[in-house]
Amino acid sequence: MRDMFSEDRERLKELGPGAMDKTARNEAKRARLLKERLANNTALAVLWVAAGITVAALILIILYVVINGAPMISPKFIFTWPHGVSAKGGIWPTIISTLYVTGLAMLIATPVAVLAAVYLAEYAKQGRIVTVIRFAADSLASVPSIVMGLFGLAFFVEAFHLPMSMLSAALALSLLMLPIIMRATEEAIRAVPRYIRWGSYGLGATQWQTVSRVVLPWAMPRIITGLVLAMGRAIGETAVVFYTMGMAINMPLTPLESGRSMAVHLYLLAVDGINLKAAYGTALMLMLMIFLLNMFARYIQRRYRKVR
Amino acid sequence: MTPATVHDSTVYTVPLVAVADETLFFVRNLEFFYGDFHALTNVSLDIHPKAITALIGPSGCGKSTFLRCLDRMNDLIAGTKVEGSVLFSGSDIYGPGVDPVDLRRRVGMIFQQPNPFPQSIYDNVAYGPRLQGIRKKSELDEIVEDSLKRANLWKEVKDILSKNGLAISGGQQQRLCIARVLAVEPDVLLMDEPCSAIDPTSVQKVEDLMAEIKEEVTTIIVTHNMQQAARVSDYTSFFLQEVAGEPAVLVESGKTNDLFTNPQDKRTEDYITGRFG
Amino acid sequence: MSAAYTPQPLTQQTLHPEDEGPFPDLAQTQPRHKTAALTLVSRATQIKERGLLLLFFACAIVAVLGVVLIFAFVAYQASGVFPNIGFLKFITGTKWSVAHSQFGVVPFIVGSVVVTIGALAIGAPLAIMTALFLSEVAGPRARAVIRPAVELLAGIPSVVYGFFGVTVVAPLVARLFGGAGFGPLTAWIVLSIMIVPTIAMLSEDALDSIPMGIREASFAMGATQWQTIYKVVLPAAKIGIIDAVILGMGRAIGETMAVLMIVGNAPQMFAGLTKPIATLTSQIVLGMSYAADDFRTALFGMAALLFLISMCLVLIVRLLSRTGKEG
Repeated sequence: MRDMFSEDRERLKELGPGAMDKTARNEAKRARLLKERLANNTALAVLWVAAGITVAALILIILYVVINGAPMISPKFIFTWPHGVSAKGGIWPTIISTLYVTGLAMLIATPVAVLAAVYLAEYAKQGRIVTVIRFAADSLASVPSIVMGLFGLAFFVEAFHLPMSMLSAALALSLLMLPIIMRATEEAIRAVPRYIRWGSYGLGATQWQTVSRVVLPWAMPRIITGLVLAMGRAIGETAVVFYTMGMAINMPLTPLESGRSMAVHLYLLAVDGINLKAAYGTALMLMLMIFLLNMFARYIQRRYRKVR
Repeated sequence: MTPATVHDSTVYTVPLVAVADETLFFVRNLEFFYGDFHALTNVSLDIHPKAITALIGPSGCGKSTFLRCLDRMNDLIAGTKVEGSVLFSGSDIYGPGVDPVDLRRRVGMIFQQPNPFPQSIYDNVAYGPRLQGIRKKSELDEIVEDSLKRANLWKEVKDILSKNGLAISGGQQQRLCIARVLAVEPDVLLMDEPCSAIDPTSVQKVEDLMAEIKEEVTTIIVTHNMQQAARVSDYTSFFLQEVAGEPAVLVESGKTNDLFTNPQDKRTEDYITGRFG
Repeated sequence: MSAAYTPQPLTQQTLHPEDEGPFPDLAQTQPRHKTAALTLVSRATQIKERGLLLLFFACAIVAVLGVVLIFAFVAYQASGVFPNIGFLKFITGTKWSVAHSQFGVVPFIVGSVVVTIGALAIGAPLAIMTALFLSEVAGPRARAVIRPAVELLAGIPSVVYGFFGVTVVAPLVARLFGGAGFGPLTAWIVLSIMIVPTIAMLSEDALDSIPMGIREASFAMGATQWQTIYKVVLPAAKIGIIDAVILGMGRAIGETMAVLMIVGNAPQMFAGLTKPIATLTSQIVLGMSYAADDFRTALFGMAALLFLISMCLVLIVRLLSRTGKEG
């Protein structure tokens, strides 16, 4: 039998009121505690360092691109055409081509992806079909972009005789964006509290009425965040665009025209090494675009958090 | 022996050694803040060793908060602040140089929701002993069996010790958590509404085991169930938040029997006769 | 009299045809009224709902169709490998020479594996530790800085990483280790930074999904924070973290532009950390613009290989998650 007080009483009489460690039952235990503290602090310090390295890498890349690219950024660089073998001048048509193809891909991917997510989250019964669809979406998300590029080339361009164009690239890109938007939307829908749905069903609404008037509006901020992130992915995509849109510098008017995206432009400049200045400028513009999209997504999320 | 006393705001100055003989936790003028929110004010309370103390009161009255002050679990919540003194075996647990890790090895805690680790039943119980450096299989086996027996769970799980701790029923999970705590032989067991999320059979078993371990472990139990408090406890303390937004206070505490049969404070009487939620 | 107690059906058309007049016997008619109440929704609405369901289902099937089409087309284009090159020659050949019609892809497979494993060895620990930091250690302020940074890192296009590799990392490697600076070592450095956000964000999701209660329980037993992380949190999140690493691996194997720009692109066996090599992805891009006939077939064969690898990784993740749920 153990009397927890006898020991403490003895100690207290000797030491008077003291800190906890004075009453620790024995020295071995104290040493052990000390060792654990040390291990703990070392491990936590290592975690701090790891996070620090990650942030440092980011800062390094951003600073490097900003410092080298910032002097290039001017209205002239943004709004004029490149000319000559070394692509002097601006990048205006590549900006337009990038926005054009990304917008088009969004138009194609968004309705399909959102409705697919509605099916998975609201309608489908858990079963083999859902498993297959999820697996397919996961696989689609992990298809290497070069494979997607070759597929775009073989399918849209060669089999369907579409020209290397905005449309071919947008179709290929939409396949890339589909799983991203699907997943974001499905998660957003699943995050809608059940009682919100009950409220609607309780008033006699049909499933579609509930989904379209209650669930989707409620989930909208997060869906938009997913859309924005998918857009960022499409803007930066190089390999897919390379094989489906080509690299001719062109100001696209119709979807069947070819063009050169900013990412492809950057790749060509960087590999040739003839006009590194323009490459830095293009890289900075590309990062700025994606940064702005990210900020926009964060802004939406923050507003959404405040409201709900 | 001591009659139920009504707490007032007197500042206590009691010699610590003398206190250590009679009380395990010696709490004086405790104030607690969640950020700007003043949650508890002027709580002074003695917890007697080898007895079961129940903390009762309507929900939101700060009894769980108070309980979490006793093993410094509130440290884990950002922005909390404690004032006043809490002495454990005569030492100020909020004093300089006190290691909450050491404190928590001597003061175990059971939570409202059973929270076994997603590991085997055996590993769950062996977790604490392993933390303290016990590696020998035979020794661990013994501790695991003994703890599960004391937690009234051994018969049900002795053949499935390698099963995941999450795979058993909620009531069994809760008893597993109790076994896990008992395995480190704590001086004190803090129970935060341990029976509010489990089935009646398990409630019975938990109450039985509380009585069985009373000689070794001091138990403090938060419960919203007055019958349970009356059934299991030796001492009872009644907390109340009188006005929403204001800090809660400790209204009255004393021997359970005295407090339930002869409350000194009108508010206690109102509560135990059911005039409060 | 009993009719007074009967709720009036809301629409006539849903009533049973034989139903007539006031209801004589409540007990007998009750089931009928139940059907009436249940089919109150009009036929048109029902059809509309059914139609919408079909539309949604069709959309969901697009994903399946997409994957099947991708594989079918790439595999179709690659099918010439069997008669023209010989599958064994293709998959086990160590010589790649377009001029001599030798299309052995072993050097590229080795290149991909070397680059991927190296990137994982550096990137995965860094990413998991970053995730642990974010989910377990960081205060709200540190988290508010680091989490967006990691997300931003994920958003940077791979061509920018490649550009950074060409202009910064490659010269640095050349200065420190000799050679031209293009090779596996450079690829490791750049790729490891690239996969950190993928692994870190997914691992953090896994860590965040662990209930707070088990951490509290561990702390309440007197575990230090590191003991809690190491003995409770990490084991609980194990499968999620393995998933994250596998998906990061997929990202590294499939990564094209950045790798293309920094591995040196020599179709030869891995011979040293600073000697140029080529990977499956980089070789495809390099050859595609002028490839024809067997050459082109071989490149599509490599693409099919890549597709199969990434499918396998996804499959592994799936199986792992399933066993995780059961175990």
